[in-house]
Amino acid sequence: MMGALRVLRPGMLTTVQDLGRWGQQHLGVPVAGPMDWYSHRLANAILSNTPDAAALEITLIGPELVSDAEVVCATAGAEFEVVAGDRRIPACEPFVLRAGERLRFGARVRGTRATLAVSGGFATPAVMGSRATSLISRLGPFGGRALKVGDVLPVGMPAAVVRRHGGRPMLTPHGGARLRIVAGPHEARFGEQARSVFEKTRYLVTPDSNRMGYRLDGPRLQHAGGPEVLSDATPIGSVQVPSSGCPILLMADRPTTGGYPRIGTVITADLCIAGQLGPGDWIEFQACSRAAAVEALRRREAALNGTVG
Amino acid sequence: MADFRITAAGDSALMIELPARVDRATSARVISMADAARRRFGRSIRDAVVGYHTMTVYFDPLALDAGWLEDQMSEIAGEAEISTESSAAAIEVPVCYGGDDFGPDLPAVATAAGLSDEEVVALHTAPDYHVFVVGFVPGFAYMGPVDERLAMPRRSSPRTRVPAGSVAIAAGQTGIYPLETPGGWHLIGRTAVRPFDEGRAQPVLFRPGDRVKFRSIGRDQFGVMGG
Repeated sequence: MMGALRVLRPGMLTTVQDLGRWGQQHLGVPVAGPMDWYSHRLANAILSNTPDAAALEITLIGPELVSDAEVVCATAGAEFEVVAGDRRIPACEPFVLRAGERLRFGARVRGTRATLAVSGGFATPAVMGSRATSLISRLGPFGGRALKVGDVLPVGMPAAVVRRHGGRPMLTPHGGARLRIVAGPHEARFGEQARSVFEKTRYLVTPDSNRMGYRLDGPRLQHAGGPEVLSDATPIGSVQVPSSGCPILLMADRPTTGGYPRIGTVITADLCIAGQLGPGDWIEFQACSRAAAVEALRRREAALNGTVG
Repeated sequence: MADFRITAAGDSALMIELPARVDRATSARVISMADAARRRFGRSIRDAVVGYHTMTVYFDPLALDAGWLEDQMSEIAGEAEISTESSAAAIEVPVCYGGDDFGPDLPAVATAAGLSDEEVVALHTAPDYHVFVVGFVPGFAYMGPVDERLAMPRRSSPRTRVPAGSVAIAAGQTGIYPLETPGGWHLIGRTAVRPFDEGRAQPVLFRPGDRVKFRSIGRDQFGVMGG
């Protein structure tokens, strides 16, 4: 037992996440995991944790926590004013939270979701092989819910060897972002006009958006065939268009299958950018080839690893 | 001439697509493709998910070359065996049909079909259903085909809360709600069988390709049976 953090104030929506509950989507088990995979992995890398160590995902209004032992921590992603005891804490650098000290997330400066990692990761029990919280299926740590006052987060065993890490923080979007998409798989279910409107529109993320998906406000897209397809797998980043014609960008806590045509899929390299958007932010979609998508991901990985990219 | 095509669903997923049909033969083929993908790729893929006429493989595009994977998946699609019948016995599900609390939509389904409540129950319990897809939430099995006389579209206004264990029909399919969720299907009964229980050795009860048969029980037997 390496100590624990106790929740004094949970913030708006704070959840435990690892890199997701993979391998069970054929049984309907959602993947969940972080909305911003880059910042999750960066915060862990800074502490020499494994990439899939469990960390907190903090949304819009941050929590206040107290530690019962000395713990090394790091934040990444959305910028908040963070205070440990009475010290202002810079993002993306390891810092020590002493026994009995409070860690407080104050005003949010930029972005929507911050990651808080601890050296050793949070050691809440794994559920079906993962510590990711799926709010839609109420699966994961704390019965698959957001943190509440009084919750206790055990801290795991830190890495034996701590290496200095040169990964670069991602530039957090401010007000909106251009997201690259690969067409399909159902682009044929939309006419030329709908596809052209889709790529020329500045959409707004509506307040009715969450970890499952972003409902987008903009011109309605006409289907060329019917507004339904036979249910199939729905990858993260899919832009599905139900009969209303208003697109929904499926995010980390998406259901495993769906029955609406999907006009395109946001590339993995830009999912972490999408994960930093919130209600009121804009999105523009920009067509991208699969080869360019893989190249963009390679560059993102290089930045994360602190190699040239 | 191949009757399948392979489509990209983003940069990290490839999908084998057969002609869009809801039938056991198509379903058995995509299920067999998913099994073959798991055998062939093991842990080098993240997931293999079946739809009604699709099989999607999730992968890390920096670890696996998409072109290579596409070739491999073409081989799998070409080789997939077509076995239309599962050899395992049907999983039996005891259901308490009707009642304002368990099956509030049973009378409306009966009225729409021009049948009595009892006739609806008889039609619903008659077939061995095939599990086409497990998705939406953990353990939700899309089963069918439901007798054409009971083919109702989804409710025009979905319920915000459907109790766990509700047995429902819509659009030629039937299923059991594993968790309390919103839902647009017609509720005709309730079962104590839990399609999903994370504490169980096998948390998910139904798998694609399983056969399922419903059996009508009285209210006095509910909770005693199959709980």
